Amino acid sequence: MKDQIIIRTVSRILIPFIQLFALYVIAHGDLSPGGGFQGGVIIGSSIILYVIVFGIEEGRRRMPEKINDVLNSTGVLIYAGVGVLCLVSGGAYLQYSKLPLGSEHTASHLGIYGIEIGVAITVSAVMMTIFFETAGKNDD
Amino acid sequence: MLDLLLLLFLVVCAIAAVSLKDLLSVTIILGAYSLIMALVWTRLNAVDVAFTEASVGAGMTTLLAIAALTRTKRMEEGGTMGKKASAARRAFIFAAVILTAVMLIYGTMDMPDFEDPLAPMQTHVAPRYTAKSYEEAGVPNFVTAVLANYRGYDTLGETTVIFTSGISVILLLRRRKK
Repeated sequence: MKDQIIIRTVSRILIPFIQLFALYVIAHGDLSPGGGFQGGVIIGSSIILYVIVFGIEEGRRRMPEKINDVLNSTGVLIYAGVGVLCLVSGGAYLQYSKLPLGSEHTASHLGIYGIEIGVAITVSAVMMTIFFETAGKNDD
Repeated sequence: MLDLLLLLFLVVCAIAAVSLKDLLSVTIILGAYSLIMALVWTRLNAVDVAFTEASVGAGMTTLLAIAALTRTKRMEEGGTMGKKASAARRAFIFAAVILTAVMLIYGTMDMPDFEDPLAPMQTHVAPRYTAKSYEEAGVPNFVTAVLANYRGYDTLGETTVIFTSGISVILLLRRRKK
């Protein structure tokens, strides 16, 4: 689809908005429907849209294989790391209210933010990985 | 009325997806099926589930199926269930499908009425979540509170499952440049 100027222009304009919406979904997971999983999927699909329109090589230039591989595990590390931080601060595993971040209420809220971001990173990276590795070399 | 219309759309999509031979069309139709399912979840006030269904079912699954289609043929060829199946075999399959459907419908007879406040799921842990999740978990959306706080281990497990699937795809499908 590299030669279709309408598709190229429209996706060039739309992708930043899709990613902004994904960040909104992640950041407002505590207030409204959505959260790390849905936001991560939306980020992943925005990159996949880019790959479908501009081709795999161009997509790999924007999201290099090494960075993608590292991001795969970073999210789980953040999630488990928040749990370990809770242990270090004297609570049970994943007991966010014991984190040293102000009142128990605020600490709990921020802990949930932390794990949502972790979930979002892993989900978006894995979605990209699956698409990059599944799509054939000579796709349209 | 709207519910019946959505159900009708679902049935039409399902029949079209089974009967078509063009796999790309089938993928798109299944995406539409997921979108209608998202509307059904919204009708049931399960907005978080609707969001997940719309982004994963209608968006991501369709994309990944298209990616898989680039590695195979677009048209389905006559499989074991084509015209070769004998009459006896068809009758057996028909009977099995009807029997399963009857048992499933019989199973719904025991379910509590929709929106019944005394249903077991409304009286077990739900009152605690609705009443106390804001002060205990610190977030207003109690679906997030349940996922991230009360069921934090489950969500950690889910994230690990997704991570594992990513690693498996890398191990199985990545082409080494050598």
